[in-house]
Amino acid sequence: MDVLDLTRLQFAVVTIYHYFFVPLSISLAASAAGLQIAWLRTRRAEYLHLTKFVGKLLIVTFAVGVVTGLVQEFQFGLGWSAFANFYGDVFGPTLAIEGMLAFFLEATFLALWYFGWDRLPRLVHTACIVIVAAGTLLSAFIILAANSFMQNPVAYALDPATGRARLTSFTELMLNKVNLAAFPHTMAGALMVGGALLLALGVWRLAADPAYRILARLGAWLTLAGGGFTALTGDHLGKVITEVQPMKMAAAEALYETTSGAPFAVFATGKPLPEFALEIPWLLSILAKGDPGATVQGIDDLQAQYAAEFGPGSYVPMIPVAFWTFRLMIGAGMLAMAVAAFYLWRTRKARQAPHWLTRWLPLIPLLPAAANTFGWIFTETARQPWIAFGISKTADGISPGLTSTEVLFSLAGFTLVYGVLAVVWLRLVRHLARQPLAASSPSPADKSDLAPVY
Amino acid sequence: MITLWFSVVVLAWVLFFVLEGFDFGVGVLGPLLGRDDHERGAAVRTIGPFWDGNEVWLVAAIGVTFAAFPAWYGALLSGLYVPMVVLLLLLAVRGVALEFRGKGDGERYRRRADVALAASSLGIVLLWGALLAVFVRGLALGADGQVTGAGLARSLDPVLTGEALLGALGALLAALLLGATFLSLRTSGPLRRRARMLARWLGTGGAVALLLTGVLTSSPLALVAAVLSFAAGLLARAGREALAFATTALAVAGAVVAVFTARGAVVLHSTVDPAFSLTRASAAATPQALELITWAGVLILPGVLAYQAFSYWVFRRRVASERVPS
Repeated sequence: MDVLDLTRLQFAVVTIYHYFFVPLSISLAASAAGLQIAWLRTRRAEYLHLTKFVGKLLIVTFAVGVVTGLVQEFQFGLGWSAFANFYGDVFGPTLAIEGMLAFFLEATFLALWYFGWDRLPRLVHTACIVIVAAGTLLSAFIILAANSFMQNPVAYALDPATGRARLTSFTELMLNKVNLAAFPHTMAGALMVGGALLLALGVWRLAADPAYRILARLGAWLTLAGGGFTALTGDHLGKVITEVQPMKMAAAEALYETTSGAPFAVFATGKPLPEFALEIPWLLSILAKGDPGATVQGIDDLQAQYAAEFGPGSYVPMIPVAFWTFRLMIGAGMLAMAVAAFYLWRTRKARQAPHWLTRWLPLIPLLPAAANTFGWIFTETARQPWIAFGISKTADGISPGLTSTEVLFSLAGFTLVYGVLAVVWLRLVRHLARQPLAASSPSPADKSDLAPVY
Repeated sequence: MITLWFSVVVLAWVLFFVLEGFDFGVGVLGPLLGRDDHERGAAVRTIGPFWDGNEVWLVAAIGVTFAAFPAWYGALLSGLYVPMVVLLLLLAVRGVALEFRGKGDGERYRRRADVALAASSLGIVLLWGALLAVFVRGLALGADGQVTGAGLARSLDPVLTGEALLGALGALLAALLLGATFLSLRTSGPLRRRARMLARWLGTGGAVALLLTGVLTSSPLALVAAVLSFAAGLLARAGREALAFATTALAVAGAVVAVFTARGAVVLHSTVDPAFSLTRASAAATPQALELITWAGVLILPGVLAYQAFSYWVFRRRVASERVPS
C-alpha cells in the first residue's frame, strides 16, 4: 500500500474505533439523566441505583471517547495537513467552537455530577447530568456539520488570493441540509447502541437483582424506538443524499443504468454487481425520490457527467463496498429492533423471557454497533474520490512529505493501544455489572475528605 | 486581530500546561509518594474531578491554533508526526488508567493502573518538554513549508537533539514542582507531609529548569519564572501551600509564554533557511474566520472559566491520605 492508502486506512481505523464509544456516551448520558429524573419524581430506590450504575458505565466509556477523540482532532494536522490548510477556515473554527462550547461542558459537568453526589443540592446535581446529555448532542451536531461539509460543501468561497477555502457563513455551515438530515439519523442510531447495551446487561444480571428488569426493558424500548426513528430519518437522509451526491446512492444500489421505476435489490451476486439480484420493484425510486415512477440516475451516466464537469478520471467509488455496507447497515439495525421487540413482547406484564433468549441476548449490542459502523463506512467510502464533494480529491488532502514508514508506525501503535483499551474496557464493564446494584456508590472513599482548602 | 488571536492561542496553551501540568505531576508523583494502595488512591482522587476538564484545554489549544493559524497547526503536527503520535498514545493510556483505576477489582489491578499512570504521565511530560524546545528551535522546513527527510527519522530527529533533552528535563522538574505543591495543598496526612518536603527541594530544581528555558529562549520572562520557582520552594518550606502552588503556576505560565514568544513574529522557524519560516501573518486564517472565533470566544469562554472555577470550588476539600478508623 502506498502512503495515501495507509493514511486512509489509519483514519478509518481510529475513526471507527472512536465511534464505538461516542454513541454509547450519548445514549448513556441521556439514560442516566432520564433515570435520575425518574428517581427524583418517584423516589424509588431502584431508579437511584440504576442511575449510579449507568453513571459508572458512562464515565468509563466517556474516558475512552475523550482520549480517542483527541486523536481525531490531531489527525487533520498529522496525516491531512494539506486538507487542514486548504479548509482551515471551515474546519478550524468548527473544531475550536465544538471544544469551547460543548466539550468543556461535557467534561466539567460529568465530573461535577459523578463526584458531586453528596456535595451538590439535588436539583443542581440533576441539572449537571442533563447538561452533560445536552452537551453530547451539541458536540455531535457541530462535528456532524463538519462532516456534512465534506459530503455537501456549503457556505464557502474559494479565495483567489490565497487559493484556500474561506467560510462565508457559520450558520449556513451548521444548517447544511445534509447535517439537518444526518444529525437525527445519527442520534437515533446512537440511542440504539446504548439501549442495546442496557438491554444486554439487564438481561445478563436479571437473576442477581429484580431491578435489572427495569434496565432491560428500558434498554429494549430505547433500541426499538431508536430503531424506528433511525429508519424514518434514514429514509429522509437517503433522499437528501440522492439530491446532493447521486453517485453515492447509485453506488449503494449498484445501479449502472439510469432507470425509471427502479427496483431495490435485497441481494445480488456478480462482479461488479449485479448479475443476479433479488429485487423489490419500484422500491429504489420510492426510497430515492418518494415516487415509484421516478427516474434514478445510474453510475455510467453520472461518471460521464462528472468527467465532463471535472475532467478525466474515475468518479466511481468501490461499488461492492457501498452496496454491501448499505444493506448490512439496514439489516443489522432491523434485526436489533426485531430482537428488542420480541423481548418486550415475551416479558410483557411481569412474564419471564425464555432461557434461550436470555442466554443469547447479551450479544445484542453488537448489532446496532455494526449497523453504525457499516453506515459510516458507506458514507465515507461512497464519497470517494472526493475529500470534499466536487471541490477537492482525497489524494490532494494528505500531508506532503509524509512517509509510509511513519504511517505504518502510527497505525501499528494505534492498533496495539486501542486493542488493549478495548479489552480493558470490556472487562471493566463486566466487572462493574457484576457488583451488587445497591452498593453502587461512585466514590465512597471521598466521604472521609476533610477541611476546605480553597 | 492577528496579534489578539496569537495571544488567545498562547493563553490556551498556558492554561493547558499549567492545569494539566499539575495533574501530570500528580500522575508521576502520586504512585511514588503514596506508600500503599490507600494513599495512592488519595493522590489520584485529588485530580479525579479535574483532569478531564483540564485536558479539554488541550482540545481548545489545538483547536484555536487550527482555527486561527491553520498553516502553523499543519506544519507542527505533520512535521512532528511520530512524536505527536507517541504523545497521543501516552495520553490515551494515562486518561484511561486514571479513570479506570478506582473501578476495577483488587489491589493488583489498581497497582497496574498506578504503574500505567505514572509511566505514561512521565512520558507525556518529557515529550511535551522536548516538543516545546522544538517549537523554539524550529524545524527543517523546506521551501514548500514541509519538513525534509525520509522514514521515521523525518519527524523523529527534531526531538533527538540536545535542546530537546534540556526541554524534557525542564518540563519534568516544573511538572513535579506543580504536582508536589498541588498534592500538598489538596491532601492531609502523610501524603501532604511528603509532598511538602519534596516541594521544598523541587523549588530549587524548578528554578534551574526554568533557567534552562531561559538559555533556550533567551527570554527575560524565563528569569522571572526561575525566581518565582525558587520562591515557591521557600513558600512550601514556610507552609504556605496555596501561595506556593499559585507561585509555581505563575512560573510555569511565564515559561510557556517565553517559549511561544521566543522568536518574535516567527511562529515556526525554519532551520534550513530563515526565509522559509512561518510567521504569524503567513500562518493566520482569514479575517472572517478570526472574527467568527472572536465572537465565539467572547460568548463562550467566560462561561467556561466560570463553571470550571465552580467545579474547583465544589471539590475544595482536602483529600484524606491517612486511614480513618471506621
